[in-house]
Amino acid sequence: MSALSFAELCERVHARWPAVEAKRSDNGQPFLLVPATELVALVQWLRSDRELRFDALSDLTGYDLMKYPATPPSDAIAVVYVLFSYVQKHKLMLRVLAPRAACVVPSVSFLWPAALYFEREVWDLLGVHFDGHPTLLRIMTPQDWVGHPLRKDYIYPSEYHGVPHLREGQHFEHVPQREGDAVKAAPTAPAAPAKGAPPA
Amino acid sequence: MTIEATTPSGERMILNMGPHHPATHGVLRIVVESDGEVVANCTPDHGYLHRSIEKIGECVEWQMFVPYTDRIDYVCAMNANLAYCVGVEQLLRSDPGTAVQVPFRAECIRVLVAELNRISSHMIAVGAMAMDVGAVTPFLHSIAQREMVNDIFEKLCGQRLTYNYITVGGVAYDLTPGAPDEIASFLNTFEKEMVRFNKLITTNTIFRDRCASVAVVTSDEAIAWGLVGPNLRGSGVDWDLRRDEPYGIYGQLAVRVPFGERFAGRHGAVGDCYDRYIVRLLEVQESVRLCREVLKLLPPPAPKATDQTGGFQADVKKQLARPPKGEMYSRTEAPRGEMGYFIVSDGTKVPYRVRCRTGSFSAAGIFHHVMKGIFLADVVAVIGSFDVVVPEIDR
Repeated sequence: MSALSFAELCERVHARWPAVEAKRSDNGQPFLLVPATELVALVQWLRSDRELRFDALSDLTGYDLMKYPATPPSDAIAVVYVLFSYVQKHKLMLRVLAPRAACVVPSVSFLWPAALYFEREVWDLLGVHFDGHPTLLRIMTPQDWVGHPLRKDYIYPSEYHGVPHLREGQHFEHVPQREGDAVKAAPTAPAAPAKGAPPA
Repeated sequence: MTIEATTPSGERMILNMGPHHPATHGVLRIVVESDGEVVANCTPDHGYLHRSIEKIGECVEWQMFVPYTDRIDYVCAMNANLAYCVGVEQLLRSDPGTAVQVPFRAECIRVLVAELNRISSHMIAVGAMAMDVGAVTPFLHSIAQREMVNDIFEKLCGQRLTYNYITVGGVAYDLTPGAPDEIASFLNTFEKEMVRFNKLITTNTIFRDRCASVAVVTSDEAIAWGLVGPNLRGSGVDWDLRRDEPYGIYGQLAVRVPFGERFAGRHGAVGDCYDRYIVRLLEVQESVRLCREVLKLLPPPAPKATDQTGGFQADVKKQLARPPKGEMYSRTEAPRGEMGYFIVSDGTKVPYRVRCRTGSFSAAGIFHHVMKGIFLADVVAVIGSFDVVVPEIDR
């Protein structure tokens, strides 16, 4: 009955799931990279095994790897699971990469009901579809919202049901506009003459 | 949101609570399907207070995100500041080149303000819960105590609600010379007031019977549903991050952790509304004790702000301009439970991803589970006992 280190946890997981890779983030945080197809069987075992007993899903979140300077570059959505055991007092981070084209990850809400809300949030903000979730509705934004705001290629809407988000002449900086947006571009100021340039 | 009126007999009634209901502590909408006086089904509807704080986090610099953490939970903004700053500091520490050492005096001040804010936050929680079930007077007593904490904070940083006080590397301003004495005298009066408060409501038989055995959450359920903080401890789980995963100087303090023990007597059950209420009151007592302990540890101020002992702010400009690339999950104990920050940095002065995991979000997640089968009149007592703060759910 004692907390296991990440290496010990890895050893046990590897013995049964050779496809699961132990990795470290760029600043040395250890995590397990799990193929989406093996996620459900793995977490079921992690939760029920007597030495591991991960009885709590501390957090479930994700982020878009599109603009992250990783090698090799990836455009997948990383779904991050933080597991914790109140019995054994150890924790473990899992990661599943959901490719942008088919962004589907199996739901773990039947094991930890805490995931019911977390998965709705990740679906809403990052657009990861959790297969097997009973009510995968948006939770933060309205049900008819377009797009998933925390994706790095999210295009800002200029209005919602006729209510403009910007005052006339204002525009979002550095982000592409949707086609057909009625918002006028800001009037461009005449270019100031370069310093030291001879007067015209 | 689609709501289906279900039963074939057609005897159920759909009752819409909120979004502007006085007992929902913010703009929270709950659609209750009732069978006579009993709740048959309940569907919370969130998002009315969504301000896309996590998206804003990807657009502002590291230090500039601190004021937004105030808005995540404005009832305990100091703890929200602290959670984010501890997370960023842990990220910086993951690379020896950017490690930050917070001065000892700053660590003491952080614990002091975090515990004072925990007192004021729990005062809102217990007072509002009493008000939700019909006792208005205790709320006035508890909010009077909170005002005194707000006065202390106002002298400290100029703000009464959203402080922007704790920064990465320390705190924004040093304590004023008279502040330790003021805090000590507040703690003394507060303890006396608490005796009166407890006589008024806590030991009140009507209030106790009203909350006993209502919305019982067993410890297994609480863990599986991801409850944290007082809600988890109310279900009898002995777990507090301040003691079990200490951050800052909590490791040097002796934190005693109260948990639910069927305080309502033979009519109650471990994990009922009354247990969650009492756990908060016991935590307040513990916070008072911790504040006194920290006041003894507080070193005298040093002339230089960055002094390792008596300073209040380490210089972190260089580190925050080039933080290490990578990610960090850190968690701290806020009044509403574990506040976890998952921070991803791509090595630039703007965060790549800031994710805030809050206690109210998981507490709201269990609503539709615990509310099945309780009386309609108990719905507000349940919302009050879980102490949800809506901006924390919607963010």
